[in-house]
Amino acid sequence: MNYFPDEVLEHIFDFVTSQRDRNSVSQVCKPWYKIESSSRPKVFVGNCYAISPQRVIERFPGLKSITLKGKPHFADFNLVPHDWGGFVYPWIEAFARKSVGLEELKLKRMIISDECLELISRSFPNFKSLVLVSCDGFTTDGLAAIASNCRFLRELDLQENDVEDHRGHWLSCFPDTCTSLVSLNFACLKGEVNLAALERLIARSPNLRSLRLNHAVPLDVLQSILIRAPHLVDLGVGSYVNDPDSETYNKLVMAIRNCMSVKSLSGFLEVAPPCLSAFHLICPNLTSLNLSYAPGIHGTELIKLIRHCRKLQRLWILDCIGDGGLEVVASTCKDLQEIRVFPSDPYIGNAAVTEAGLVALSSGCPKLHSILYFCQQMTNAALITVAKNCPNFTRFRLCILDPTKPDAETNQPFDEGFGAIVHSCKGLRRLSMAGLLTDQVFLYIGMHAKQLEMLSIAFAGNTDKGMQYLLNGCKKLRKLEIRDCPFGNAALLMDVGKYETMRSLWMSSCEVTLEACKSLAKKMPRLNVEIINENDQMDVSADDRQKVEKMFLYRTLAGRRKDAPEFVWTL
Amino acid sequence: MGGGAAYENDLNFKATELRLGLPGTGCTNEEQAVSGAKNNKRPLLETREERGSKGKSDPQHDDQETDPAPKARIVGWPPIRSYRKNSLQPKKAEAEAAAGMYVKVSMDGAPYLRKIDLKVYKGYPELLKALENMFKLTIGEYSEREGYKGSEYAPTYEDKEGDWMLVGDVPWDMFLTSCKKLRIMKGSEARGLGCGV
Repeated sequence: MNYFPDEVLEHIFDFVTSQRDRNSVSQVCKPWYKIESSSRPKVFVGNCYAISPQRVIERFPGLKSITLKGKPHFADFNLVPHDWGGFVYPWIEAFARKSVGLEELKLKRMIISDECLELISRSFPNFKSLVLVSCDGFTTDGLAAIASNCRFLRELDLQENDVEDHRGHWLSCFPDTCTSLVSLNFACLKGEVNLAALERLIARSPNLRSLRLNHAVPLDVLQSILIRAPHLVDLGVGSYVNDPDSETYNKLVMAIRNCMSVKSLSGFLEVAPPCLSAFHLICPNLTSLNLSYAPGIHGTELIKLIRHCRKLQRLWILDCIGDGGLEVVASTCKDLQEIRVFPSDPYIGNAAVTEAGLVALSSGCPKLHSILYFCQQMTNAALITVAKNCPNFTRFRLCILDPTKPDAETNQPFDEGFGAIVHSCKGLRRLSMAGLLTDQVFLYIGMHAKQLEMLSIAFAGNTDKGMQYLLNGCKKLRKLEIRDCPFGNAALLMDVGKYETMRSLWMSSCEVTLEACKSLAKKMPRLNVEIINENDQMDVSADDRQKVEKMFLYRTLAGRRKDAPEFVWTL
Repeated sequence: MGGGAAYENDLNFKATELRLGLPGTGCTNEEQAVSGAKNNKRPLLETREERGSKGKSDPQHDDQETDPAPKARIVGWPPIRSYRKNSLQPKKAEAEAAAGMYVKVSMDGAPYLRKIDLKVYKGYPELLKALENMFKLTIGEYSEREGYKGSEYAPTYEDKEGDWMLVGDVPWDMFLTSCKKLRIMKGSEARGLGCGV
């Protein structure tokens, strides 16, 4: 390979796009490492504390696009204090200082301030794409800065963020010269938006293909937007309440008739179900449908809609669709690959779906490989059937609303059911389990789940053996998160080297003591072992034998982080 | 506007119970015997901010005499994002609206706010009387031309469009549907509303 000039190698590497493949390429030899590193445009950092921004810039001077993830996954469920960390400012500040030609920024579970957004908007002249997922710390003022200053902005995608809304002026901040928008998603904004500015923006964005509106955009504005943007591929409807007989509704039907390129539909944040029939026209083209934020739609209306969606590949829905509705999905959507069924009322616990719906999906949809299913009850028999019907699962997440409920028919734990899943689905990469579970299920997982990368466990297992089976058997495990399980020090310390092969481990409400955590931290200098102690002040002289409430450990080349708040103790 | 789960009454304690145990039993010993496994589960955690974030704390379920098992809700369960949980809350808000219509009441200079249920009052006179009692002040007589004269206080409310309006201008029913919160203005600010209108 020394015969090829660098430029040729670089050109060849351009065709290698996945981060994993590029990592492999860079490990072949020193020259390849140099060339690959200097030319890599897209960098993915799964844990923002695993490496310092300076090191990333040094290694990848040509970086144009970066994805950063911050808080641990369990932060989604309020298990991590809000200001634990995940601040993006140091990264942006470093990029700005070193004049990195940043064009794309994607953040997940991070804290980003208005100052940071403003810094981004002023420091990177070619900035094109901002994607924020489950982030917080900013207001619509920060969005105004992005709108005003990023002259070539193509994508502004806000997914499920907690944004402080200072009312809708930010939309008016897009200058008249801004015509480059391809994707705009502000569905998560809680406040009003300037509707006239929105319409004008859309009218001057001929490349707009993806638009997701928030609840403040009513039906009549939707109709006029659709007229101006007939080439939309992805539409998120805002507020959809109107009398089906009105003139506006009829105009909407005409407008929808024009939008036959729409393949992905979501939103319906407020909805009068009789109006849904307007969308039956584009349903036959849909490959993706997300109605999981539309709590007002009855099962019968959902079913009517679904019957038209023969090409659906991805469906996110609420459990009010019922087992019967899932049977309709199974018989209609033969191309279905991913489904998520969310609880419409998490507290009452009257999930309308059971094992019957799951089995129906598994028998009707041969291409199904990714599922998230919240249900009231489950049986081992059903899981075994599902495993037989669908050996191609890559992601399998089941949640029974009562966390330690056993098999509804036999009262047995779900060891055999999940055992069947991991045995049959040899490509399983992500698993999340539910219900009553003993150490046995972990034995099965350790034995069979050879491709497993991420595992979430709650209220499961009996002894340390459970966790030991996992750590021993799952060679590709990267993220392990455990809550309320009786795993303790013996399991934690069994194979300390293992944690350097993983991104992170979360353990809360388990049997691990401070002493074991300290011992682990001492043995493994390249791990940060954090104890999160919200309620008490950090008691350095605390009894080592006390149990640790929350521990989060992760491998890192950056050492102990300097921005940890008082209640986080890095051992 | 209905949804999947029916609401018989808001606080359906039995149905919301989350406990460690087989369905129909309250006794962990039985569970151990059936599953044949030792159960080393830790006691459930009390909830914290999760309840607070809903803006209305649910009372502890201490009054159930039959069931010895813990009834506290589990923190971070079920595992769905807060964003999603909050988006489902509108259903709860609907139920609350049917039960009562609580709005915040602030008074200029007071250290903390109060909340009142507008549904309890049949009209403006009753509402104003209640406000006078709550904050120990006099609001005066309403007149269309001059607002509230005879006192340095003026009751105002924020409507759905975010504007601050004088209480009393619109019919009571319209007021009920548009009032988001109340503010008792004091002093010169208050006088501005009544003058020369």
